[in-house]
Amino acid sequence: MNIPYVVEEREDTGLINSKLGIWIFLASEVMLFGGLFSAYIFLRMAALPGDFERWASELSVPMATVNTVVLISSSVSMVMAWASLKMKDFSKYKMYLGITIFCSFVFLTIKYFEYSGKFAHDIYPSSNTFMAIYFTLTGLHVLHIIGGLVVMLYFYFPISHKMWDKQPEQFTNRIEVFGLYWHFVDLVWIFLFPVLYLL
Amino acid sequence: MSDNHDTASMQDHVRVYLMVFGALGVLTVVTVLASYLKLSTSEGIFLALIIASVKASLVLGYFMHLITERKMIIWILVMTVFFFFVMIFLPLISNIDHAGNPTQWWKVL
Amino acid sequence: MYSNSNNHDHHEENFIQKYIFSVDHKVIGIQYGITSLLFLLFGFSLMAIMRWQLAYPGTEIPIVGFIFGEGGVLASEQYNSLGAMHGTIMIFLGIVPLAVGAFGNYLVPLQIGAVDMAFPKLNAASYWTYFVGGVIMISSFFMPEGAARSGWTSYPPLSVFENGQTIWLISMIFLITSSLLGSMNIIVTIVQLRVPGLTWMRLPLFTWAQFVTSFLLVLAFPPLEAAAVLQLMDRVAGTSFFLPSGLVMSGEIVDIAGGGSPLLWQHLFWFLAHPEVYVLILPALGIVGEILANNTRKPIWGFKSIVYSMVFLGFCSFIVWAHHMFLTGMGQAMSAFFQTTTMIISIPSVVILTSYFLSLWGGSIRFNTPMLFALAFLPMFGIGGLTGLPLGLAASDIYLHDTYYVIGHFHYVVAPGTIFALFAGIYYWFPKITGKRMSETLGKLHFWPSLIFMNGIFMPMFIQGLAGVSRRLADGGVSYAHASGVLQWNEFMSISAFCLGLSQIPFIVNIFMSLFTGEKSDRNPWKSTTIEWDAPSPPLAHVNFDSKITVHRTAYEYSVPGAKEDFIPQTES
Repeated sequence: MNIPYVVEEREDTGLINSKLGIWIFLASEVMLFGGLFSAYIFLRMAALPGDFERWASELSVPMATVNTVVLISSSVSMVMAWASLKMKDFSKYKMYLGITIFCSFVFLTIKYFEYSGKFAHDIYPSSNTFMAIYFTLTGLHVLHIIGGLVVMLYFYFPISHKMWDKQPEQFTNRIEVFGLYWHFVDLVWIFLFPVLYLL
Repeated sequence: MSDNHDTASMQDHVRVYLMVFGALGVLTVVTVLASYLKLSTSEGIFLALIIASVKASLVLGYFMHLITERKMIIWILVMTVFFFFVMIFLPLISNIDHAGNPTQWWKVL
Repeated sequence: MYSNSNNHDHHEENFIQKYIFSVDHKVIGIQYGITSLLFLLFGFSLMAIMRWQLAYPGTEIPIVGFIFGEGGVLASEQYNSLGAMHGTIMIFLGIVPLAVGAFGNYLVPLQIGAVDMAFPKLNAASYWTYFVGGVIMISSFFMPEGAARSGWTSYPPLSVFENGQTIWLISMIFLITSSLLGSMNIIVTIVQLRVPGLTWMRLPLFTWAQFVTSFLLVLAFPPLEAAAVLQLMDRVAGTSFFLPSGLVMSGEIVDIAGGGSPLLWQHLFWFLAHPEVYVLILPALGIVGEILANNTRKPIWGFKSIVYSMVFLGFCSFIVWAHHMFLTGMGQAMSAFFQTTTMIISIPSVVILTSYFLSLWGGSIRFNTPMLFALAFLPMFGIGGLTGLPLGLAASDIYLHDTYYVIGHFHYVVAPGTIFALFAGIYYWFPKITGKRMSETLGKLHFWPSLIFMNGIFMPMFIQGLAGVSRRLADGGVSYAHASGVLQWNEFMSISAFCLGLSQIPFIVNIFMSLFTGEKSDRNPWKSTTIEWDAPSPPLAHVNFDSKITVHRTAYEYSVPGAKEDFIPQTES
């Protein structure tokens, strides 16, 4: 069985299968987070005036700012990892992917301290609708980070070198497609940060 | 984007990526600073969302290569964004209409 | 995303790789088919128990009564469980997996001349996620809390406090993920793997229907996933997304933070669940289109308008959801808007149905079993659709909302509608899938009683509904004076339902008998034009076709003047 357009682009659509697949997946992710954002707006409008702002001030803006920068850096290093593969430089690819992995660990660590700080002050999802939506949105986002991390570790382990030696183009495409997912996770955070922490 | 770029053109890309990185960093700082401005809630929301949208477009356009992406993907995304807004805003109207002011729903935003 | 190493071709597969964890779209399609048919049967049995209760309230349930404890009488909570699970199983575990999982998986690659789906491993993952979701759903019957009992719509606040809902939500998350993976796969397959010459307007109607359906699943299901996560949080983490402040339960104020809104759930739920209606109906329309063209020996009338209508239908189905919510007090501006879009969306459905009726005009119709089912689909779906109009208008919906009229309406769309189309599809493609023909006699013995009893069940529901009998009453409305004039229909409907169950026996016998002793079928037993009939019956494992496929013409070139036969396959130059 040989499925066409895994590596080369189909002429009339100009796409490879996995690229189209991941974009459709991301479209569904947009709707998933969209549902939650819509819940946020709905609840905010139903809440007492000033209630959301008051609870939002409990969150740590410095931690979230650092996390934003960390996530943006991981996004850049992800795209650099792909660019290195395009330039046929596998060792550089490993370095950049390593940075991405490191950044996502940093993100998770900071998030851990944020969550435990809240719990230490007896703030739970059940405290208020703001905290409920905060924990749900960031929790789902963290799950996306963890999922991405698992895939990145897979592409970082020695097996990746074999894949690269055997089918360099396909491997590059995989990294590109994964990169799209990773940038999307970054994108979600770009909106989560002001919506939850600053408004 | 799986055309065979030669290394030189790839290095141009890399330069762009680094510039985008810089812009994203600056915009992050700007958002945080803007939140300390004395703005009304709706102005604050408006400004923060504008900045976030600019950042998002940078990521989409450059990191995710949307500016050179095929039409089919663009159309799928346009459709998705349309439904996204439908999903977010129609329920809102129901909420405001409920408050008894169906003609001026935008004021609450 | 997935490798297709070349050494795959000559490598011997053991039993498990070949039949259980197969990546071949045909095996996965059959797996989907068998699983979902079993679920349909199971969902039907739940309904049969409920119907006994409605016809003879408070009497012992025959045969299976011992399950329900002392005296074999169904308690109201158990009735609620059965109702919720009947809806959930029929929709999410039965019809959608059968229409999209089984038919889509098996036929889409064949109809576009592809060797497999674009992502074979993802395809297998999608089936197994569905399987696990199904097992979790069924297992809830055996949990100490029992199965979910808040209706398939799971409206909060009830659903947040009722027993069994947690398992329901977890299972739904699996099912949603499964259909996301599956439909993503179908879209990529249709876009990318069409054989040379198969342009968009040459795609058969079934493939078009699957294409639109998959987009609905990809974009409409995630909000329900989000809503399911929120409800799970409400149940597990004690949040109050859907619980308003000051909620009183059994005379006491519930200890929650409050501030949530039950309306939010309804918005998110119906944002999925209305497109879901079109997920149920579009594949059926596609199947019927194929069978009508083939058995009238005529090109389908208005092919392009049907395709555009399907696309428009898909698009519009995203902006009509709140017509399920006219009674929530969401306000008149919203009601007016959704009432208007609802009237608009009926137009493309009528265009499709009218085109199908016109396709019959002047044809020399072959009345074989698939055609009978397809023909029955048309008026049945018509009744289902037209009875929907009074529900779509806010004023009349105030009266009809949550009555048996609603039950009658959507069952006409789904049961004698979609399920008949799916039966038609099974009879039509069975020779392709197994290489054996099904018995026509048994087929007709299946069709006629099914048609009669389907109407016997659902037609009286309109009468009851118009008299104002509410749905979801464990005693069928005995305690309401206004219902007394129409309750005698309950026994009639229940007997029809039991007879409908019995009339499926010829179908089951037919499947097994044809499988073992059926007449052998050649490649193209129905003399059809579309590409799947160019493959051997059954199609070859992993590669489907034994020759190179190129497409030269549109999908339904029947009775072309001057041609030597009354059909020209798409692949003929």
